[in-house]
Amino acid sequence: MTPLAPERASPQVRDRLRRSRPALRLGPVALRLRPRLIAVCLAVLAALAVLLALNLSLGRTPLSPAQVWAHVIGTDYEHYFTVWRVRMPRVVVGMLAGAALAAAGAVTQTIMRNPLASPDLLGVTHGASAGVVAVLAFGGSYGILSGGGPLSSLGVPAVALAGGLGAGVLCYTLARRGGVDGYRLLLVGVGVSTILMNLTLWLLTLGEVTDTGRAMVWVAGSLSMRTWEHAAPVALALALLLPLALASSRTLDALAHDDDVVRGLGVDLERARTALLVLAVLLAAFGTSAAGPVLFVSLACPQIALRLAGPGTSRPPVLLSALVGAALVSGADLLARTALDNIQLPVGVVTGCLGALYLIHLLVRANRRTRA
Amino acid sequence: MTSPQTTRSADAPAGARARLSARGLTLAYDDRVIVDGLDADIVEGTVTCVIGPNGCGKSTMLRALGRLMRPRAGLVELDGRDIHRTPTREVARVLGVLPQQPTAPDGLTVADLVARGRHPAQRWYRQWSGDDHEAVARALEMTGLAELADTPLSELSGGQRQRAWISMVLAQGTDLLLLDEPTTFLDLVHQVDVLDLVRELHDEGGRTIVMVLHDLNLAARYADTVIAMREGRVLASGEPAEVLTPALLREVFGLEAVVVEDPVTGGPLVVPVGRSGARG
Repeated sequence: MTPLAPERASPQVRDRLRRSRPALRLGPVALRLRPRLIAVCLAVLAALAVLLALNLSLGRTPLSPAQVWAHVIGTDYEHYFTVWRVRMPRVVVGMLAGAALAAAGAVTQTIMRNPLASPDLLGVTHGASAGVVAVLAFGGSYGILSGGGPLSSLGVPAVALAGGLGAGVLCYTLARRGGVDGYRLLLVGVGVSTILMNLTLWLLTLGEVTDTGRAMVWVAGSLSMRTWEHAAPVALALALLLPLALASSRTLDALAHDDDVVRGLGVDLERARTALLVLAVLLAAFGTSAAGPVLFVSLACPQIALRLAGPGTSRPPVLLSALVGAALVSGADLLARTALDNIQLPVGVVTGCLGALYLIHLLVRANRRTRA
Repeated sequence: MTSPQTTRSADAPAGARARLSARGLTLAYDDRVIVDGLDADIVEGTVTCVIGPNGCGKSTMLRALGRLMRPRAGLVELDGRDIHRTPTREVARVLGVLPQQPTAPDGLTVADLVARGRHPAQRWYRQWSGDDHEAVARALEMTGLAELADTPLSELSGGQRQRAWISMVLAQGTDLLLLDEPTTFLDLVHQVDVLDLVRELHDEGGRTIVMVLHDLNLAARYADTVIAMREGRVLASGEPAEVLTPALLREVFGLEAVVVEDPVTGGPLVVPVGRSGARG
């Protein structure tokens, strides 16, 4: 019953492998060291720092870099409200939501083995929209969510989270038959999303104009009026779920193959796929609850990260995807609120337009797969 | 399907133990029963080839032996334990499976594919270490792919790609290998090449190997035991010379054939008569 002890490999071949795929060892921990991936992550982090600075300094009250720095380190309080109560929460929520959505996309695309899959197709986005619109359109004028109403302590993000998770669970339940097949889940997800989208539109026609107006802003995906309270839940979700996703990297690697190969490698396929799907749905729901349905971030960012990571990368790297997501959303929001002089665009409109172009680009490049 | 009918190999080497056995195995996809009440034994240290016409259930049986599908009834025993009650990771350290048409994501290189085979030996905190370097290098060398380690899978020829997949299974370090049609889509030269490799793995590494093969003459040449299947049942099982007889070929394949002595190995060589053969 004991496996054969591997005979020795020739030192040349082993050393060549050791150079091309170095290992990072720390006590019992041994990880694959990927210098290029680390370099790209650092570069995106630097870009994030620049975007943060730009987001803090640009706006109706322009601040110089020196002024921004003085506020950040707390030696200047002249524009405290603008920096710490308006711009900082907005850019932080945008970055966190972008990171959560993109990480969810990276996991979803890997386990679905489809570069066009995203949590948008698992019902999460449209479920969140339907939930928020239902509550805003019918409860708005009676103050369910505002000023002492029964749901005021929970607020819109909680409703969005419940709607998103509910739709995710619905898709999973409908698609389940003995086990979850990725293809069936996507088809069910498209169907459920379409129904929820139409439900949302119908609800918008029913409510009072003032209430539905507010709901429309949320549905378009906007970062305006974001406070620190929006940042806390998604920050917590990222802090818990992102390390889990990173620790599952071997399983994600295996899940990129067909089912029989995955089972042959000793992966408990149903359990692994379900656990990672739940993780992706949670990340997407928390991201959506913080920023609204910021479209295409979860679709495009993993693919951008995959290309940034360079040749030999076979699936979207989760951490890099999250960083790209943060950069994309904060960049798009900067564009959305400064590009047109007096008009503030919802960030979802900008990411939607950028994402649509990218989607066409991906569709034009055929979706090739290696078959053996 | 009619009642199960099996012919157990009568002359398995005395004392040899069965590594894998199927007992009353019934396999079905949805409502379609593919294999009905099948018994089979895979004896330690042998190369077993499973033959039979298309759709006879040989691939399905191999999937069940490799715990890739759950039986409707009956069980598969690996070293005397029910394979579906053994943790799948534990099974993966003893038994390697190569499915019929495995797929890999775009951009994967040969060495990274082979590294996937190390999955059962790794942990979330020990993802890539010196042991993995050693095992992957060894697996690449055994299949002659060391020079192609950094080549994307998509740039390989069919034969090289098949070697890469076999290499992945070898990196698992198991002494029991199940290969589902390892020679499909390969020309004759590469078929012989892959089967020679399989034979070496047996002769030098002492591995127990089960293969599904289409070519009867290659099965005769490379197998210690041939299992002949038809309509989900085992019709015969034993040494190639016992199984590959004109009467059995008629029964299994509905094929009229003459069996002569293989001029290279002295084993059986199947020469189909067919319609063209009757012309002379």
